[in-house]
Amino acid sequence: MSVPLVTRPPSTGSAAGRARRISRRRLVVLTLAVLVVAALAGTLMFGQTFYPPRDVIRVILGEQVPGASFTVGRLRLPRAVLAAAAGFSFGLAGVTFQTMLRNPLASPDIIGISSGASAVAAMAIVTLSLGRTEVSVFAVVAGLAVALLVYTLAFRDGVVGTRLILIGIGISAMLDSVTSYVLSQAAEWDLQEAMRWLTGSLNGADWDQALPTLAALAVLTPVLLARSRDLSAMQLGDDTASALGVRVERTRITVIVAAVGLIAVATAAAGPIAFVAFLSGPIAARVVGPGGSPLVPAGLVGSLLVLVADFCGQFAFGARYPVGVVTGVLGAPYLVYLIIRTNRTGGSL
Amino acid sequence: MTSNHSLSAERLTLGYGERTVIESLDLAVPPGRITAIVGANACGKSTLLRSMSRLLAPREGRVVLDGKEVHRLPAKQLARTLGLLPQSPIAPEGITVADLVGRGRHPHQSVFSRWNDQDDAAVDSALEATRTTELADRSVDELSGGQRQRVWIAMALAQQTDLLLLDEPTTFLDASHQIEVLDLLTDLNQARGTTIVMVLHDLNLAARYADHLIALAEGRLHAAGTPEEVLTCENVRAVFGLDSRVIEDPVSLRPLMLPIGRHHVVPPRDAPARTGVAREAGR
Repeated sequence: MSVPLVTRPPSTGSAAGRARRISRRRLVVLTLAVLVVAALAGTLMFGQTFYPPRDVIRVILGEQVPGASFTVGRLRLPRAVLAAAAGFSFGLAGVTFQTMLRNPLASPDIIGISSGASAVAAMAIVTLSLGRTEVSVFAVVAGLAVALLVYTLAFRDGVVGTRLILIGIGISAMLDSVTSYVLSQAAEWDLQEAMRWLTGSLNGADWDQALPTLAALAVLTPVLLARSRDLSAMQLGDDTASALGVRVERTRITVIVAAVGLIAVATAAAGPIAFVAFLSGPIAARVVGPGGSPLVPAGLVGSLLVLVADFCGQFAFGARYPVGVVTGVLGAPYLVYLIIRTNRTGGSL
Repeated sequence: MTSNHSLSAERLTLGYGERTVIESLDLAVPPGRITAIVGANACGKSTLLRSMSRLLAPREGRVVLDGKEVHRLPAKQLARTLGLLPQSPIAPEGITVADLVGRGRHPHQSVFSRWNDQDDAAVDSALEATRTTELADRSVDELSGGQRQRVWIAMALAQQTDLLLLDEPTTFLDASHQIEVLDLLTDLNQARGTTIVMVLHDLNLAARYADHLIALAEGRLHAAGTPEEVLTCENVRAVFGLDSRVIEDPVSLRPLMLPIGRHHVVPPRDAPARTGVAREAGR
């Protein structure tokens, strides 16, 4: 055991407060993770028919259980995995944008990136009848193109958050109308497909959708986590971050590409589930407290939001609603609240 | 502990887009001393400071730290030697003082390293030096302007650099807080030998607190040297286009500039020959 040369009384230093905040943060992240697992387990067990945990576990382990093998293994499991993975992707990518651009309104679903991925995915599936992988690739390319377009249009001696957000909202509206047009022109389009590309839906989710989303998460999450300290420094302004040794431009490009990749792949699978990217970061910041990195908590909040909203959409009301309708109902008031608050405090967007 | 780092600019030309802000400028920062950069608005003071800390790449010429070109050094390595406090840094909403100051440890950390005792010690000593220890758990949003500026300086101190560049650290502060910040920087310079370079608006505060003054005029170096050498009425007229009289400040024995405008100027009866009057006051 090493003996410190200088012992500092813990009550006077900043260490005590920091330790307290870190342990609180760990507790919150752990709680969120437990809640996500509980929500996953819940959606696997409950539904039109209840299956006990024992059956669910046997199905996951690959055993044949009459009834459960189909309902849990083929219907509920891919849907739940896609819900959790897409939610995590949206939450993580959303908070990355919000942190980097220092504005809660700057999330990819507000500034048109989700809409771009969605419009192109809808086009690729409905008009060009492409397969899953191609659709994902198209969506990623479209997401990056929209990000580049918004960024370029907003650039004038550097990028100002407000200008970028307003331009993004405009582009987003344009792309949404493209989606509507594509759907209206399709020879045979059904309501489910339309809902997926307009607000996001997990209906008919299968492994073909869940696996690419999981794969993108597995590759891109470490990329973003490795940049989380740089992102924290960039919250202090680009100049301060550079002075702290952050390569601001390089970090920005890496982070944008990774976050757009996450958003686009998840959107290609589940549609632009409304407001999840926008809501997760602020909710995570609220429960975790400021100071630490919000990335993982926001991802967990995203998973939880999508899992719970999808479950509610399926079973809580008389009719079945796609998940995006439920999250949309949750998200819209928050958007209004944010705008009212910035108006009151006299701030700009 | 004294810093012996040499920081200099060689034929430095800087600009944004079409506009050239600094042209072919040579300067050397005296190690272990306090240097103040003064000049009229928009003369390129902040631009020069930004370039000296790698934030702005030179069009021509170079900034040299210990014989190496600043813009070629690895970002983190430079950030362990040279710190910069920009004019308006942004505090994330709700962040505590301790966490904000902790961000100053960034160049000492890597992707995989954990927060350690050294980081704690650096943050504590930065809080202590800026007398913000008792604010550690408060939210930065709640602080007054003077306290907030001290916290930002603490963040720069936690970076533990031998050179510290500050862009107008006293703007938006009232008189007592301006003095407080400048005293703090002097403490730092005397106790740790930190080389300090700051852009200052107030000529008289610059002359009082700096060992070395650099006066810029229209993107060029107009004068550099001790306050006595630089703060003269001729230089004030050349740099600011302002008539003035420079006397010895009875408090600090440094030069003190008294501006001469069109109003409230008494015709001099027995003008002291020592410093001279810049203008024949009309009778």
